[in-house]
Amino acid sequence: MKIHEYQAKEILKTFGVAVPRGRVAFTPEEARRVAEELGGKVVVKAQIHAGGRGKAGGVKLADSPEEAGKIAEALIGKILVTHQTGPEGKEVRKVLVEETMNIARELYAGVVLDRSRSQLVFMVSTEGGVEIEKVAAEAPEKILKEYIDPGVGLQVFQARKMAYNLKLEGDQVKNGVKFLMALYRAYVASDSSLAEINPLVVTKDGRVLALDAKINFDDNALYRHPDYAELRDLNEEAPLEVEARKYHLNYIKLDGDVGCMVNGAGLAMSTMDIIKLAGGDPANFLDVGGSASAETVENGFRIILSDKNVKAVLINIFGGIVRCDRVATGVVEATKKVGVKIPVVIRLQGTNAEEGARILKESGLNFTVAGDLKDAAEKVVAAEK
Amino acid sequence: MSVLIDENTRLVVQGITGSEGSFHTRQMMAYGTKVVAGVTPGKGGQKFDEKVPIFNTMAEAAEETGANVSIIFVPPPFAADAIMEAADAGMNVTICITEGIPTLDMVKVRAYLKDRKTRLIGPNCPGVISPEKAKVGIMPGFIHKKGHVGVISRSGTLTYEAVHQLTTLGIGQSTCIGVGGDPIIGTPFVDALRLFKADPETEAVVMIGEIGGTAEEEAAAYIRENVNKPVISFIAGQTAPPGRRMGHAGAIISGGKGTAAEKMAVLRAAGVHVVESPAEIGVTVQRALQEQ
Repeated sequence: MKIHEYQAKEILKTFGVAVPRGRVAFTPEEARRVAEELGGKVVVKAQIHAGGRGKAGGVKLADSPEEAGKIAEALIGKILVTHQTGPEGKEVRKVLVEETMNIARELYAGVVLDRSRSQLVFMVSTEGGVEIEKVAAEAPEKILKEYIDPGVGLQVFQARKMAYNLKLEGDQVKNGVKFLMALYRAYVASDSSLAEINPLVVTKDGRVLALDAKINFDDNALYRHPDYAELRDLNEEAPLEVEARKYHLNYIKLDGDVGCMVNGAGLAMSTMDIIKLAGGDPANFLDVGGSASAETVENGFRIILSDKNVKAVLINIFGGIVRCDRVATGVVEATKKVGVKIPVVIRLQGTNAEEGARILKESGLNFTVAGDLKDAAEKVVAAEK
Repeated sequence: MSVLIDENTRLVVQGITGSEGSFHTRQMMAYGTKVVAGVTPGKGGQKFDEKVPIFNTMAEAAEETGANVSIIFVPPPFAADAIMEAADAGMNVTICITEGIPTLDMVKVRAYLKDRKTRLIGPNCPGVISPEKAKVGIMPGFIHKKGHVGVISRSGTLTYEAVHQLTTLGIGQSTCIGVGGDPIIGTPFVDALRLFKADPETEAVVMIGEIGGTAEEEAAAYIRENVNKPVISFIAGQTAPPGRRMGHAGAIISGGKGTAAEKMAVLRAAGVHVVESPAEIGVTVQRALQEQ
């Protein structure tokens, strides 16, 4: 789960990570007031779930509270298009108003999971303020990694090593060590899946702070952080995906016109792939889960058909524990109930597949029943064209 | 032969009295798996279906019944604990079906397992089956057939699809291992490949990968140096958008890394038969076996 910069900074602060003073504002008037509290000279930052805001004009300096208010007025309600938002952009609904910093240096610090080692890794780099993927591709030697022993956690010597490698000096070292230790504590305590500070800045007076902050939470661990779960911003997500989650369906909207409904994530991805190979474009990823009951199929239909681009639907179910005859009955009921008007191609395989096919054929509804995966993909692409 | 489980497997079911646990225990017993014990804290002394003794702890279950393999149907908040309990009780293999275990719990589990003999399969997996010998998982048994092809997969139903294609063509399987769809799993592809390499009766291996992580890349490096048996691979998610988690917690292209195209290219370069279409896994195996 993603959260906004201002939310990330509020959380980090509670763990002792140094962040600039500031507050979120939902209206220009609020932005003006926050700027006034902060002494007038501030930076106003659009809050959306995407990077590249600065280049897109979403981060602006203000010399006075009035100017901060004006900037907020221009930003709030504006659609911001960055290289991460896609061409449709994202609407700005709030801004973070922060004190400005006298920046001496811009660095990078991040904590992520190293999947192949099954360990957390702390990464730091002197190349802050640019995308870390770019640094990794062009100058990998500039990224220093410290692997963390899960038994004991990040040790102070490791933080010190990173601080010296970041070429911090004097008091900066102490501040840097404190910052890195606190960031690690925050990551673990909040069950993050990513904590990235880019840039991590050193000010002219030797302070070390998070100028920007990005935190993603591990969805699987949200049950132990109900307060963080509430930080989810539904405005940042595709409405159909929000709707699908209500039904416990795993749905991701794509740009094509062939809807698909599949049981199992791997098979769902493969079904998208084979639609593409057959010359079509998948409209979505939809995993209805292991059970594929009449109710989930019905909800799945509703979600898929709400996407107006969809011209045909492919249902691909591999019956294991779930029986195909049950699924077929569910599909028939759901189709009648929802009133599906576009072509539906169904492929049932596995437990009681023949019985399932018979139910579909005898339903009197206009289904196309397919044999194998390839046949199914070709039939649905033909139907859509 | 087969790997991980066979007719000598003595299975203990962790979470045997839960709805999933009890359902699948019956299915596994019907397949012929020797289920010797169940564990549900607080229900020790009772019997499951009047047949299988239930214990409060894994230590007790292992001691009393000689169980050597466990399967876990415990809800996510308690699953990491269950895996460690299985290792502590000296299981050779523990197979964790549970989906949704917090990643940091799994980081600890992997560290805990490091100096112990227990091999973990999963979590978030369909389990393991050695056809006509033992089924320790939730897969439909009847689609499988005993034979000489090993199957390794990060997915559930997609594995069934591949196995079904094999069986339809008359190609049997030595063992099918669902390694799991999470970012941290007990037995990544390389370890599973090592098992099949050492199994004299496995003649070819099907490896079903997907987007996210670098397990396929590591497998490619291992195959290039170590595996002489034909390996056939399909990678799911060729059309998956970057930055989105495709159902499985581990299936995500992040920072431009972990794409299907990348993985397919690396595997091809390592001499793997890479299949573009999920409908052609079976026929590609058939061709590869004929070439041998």
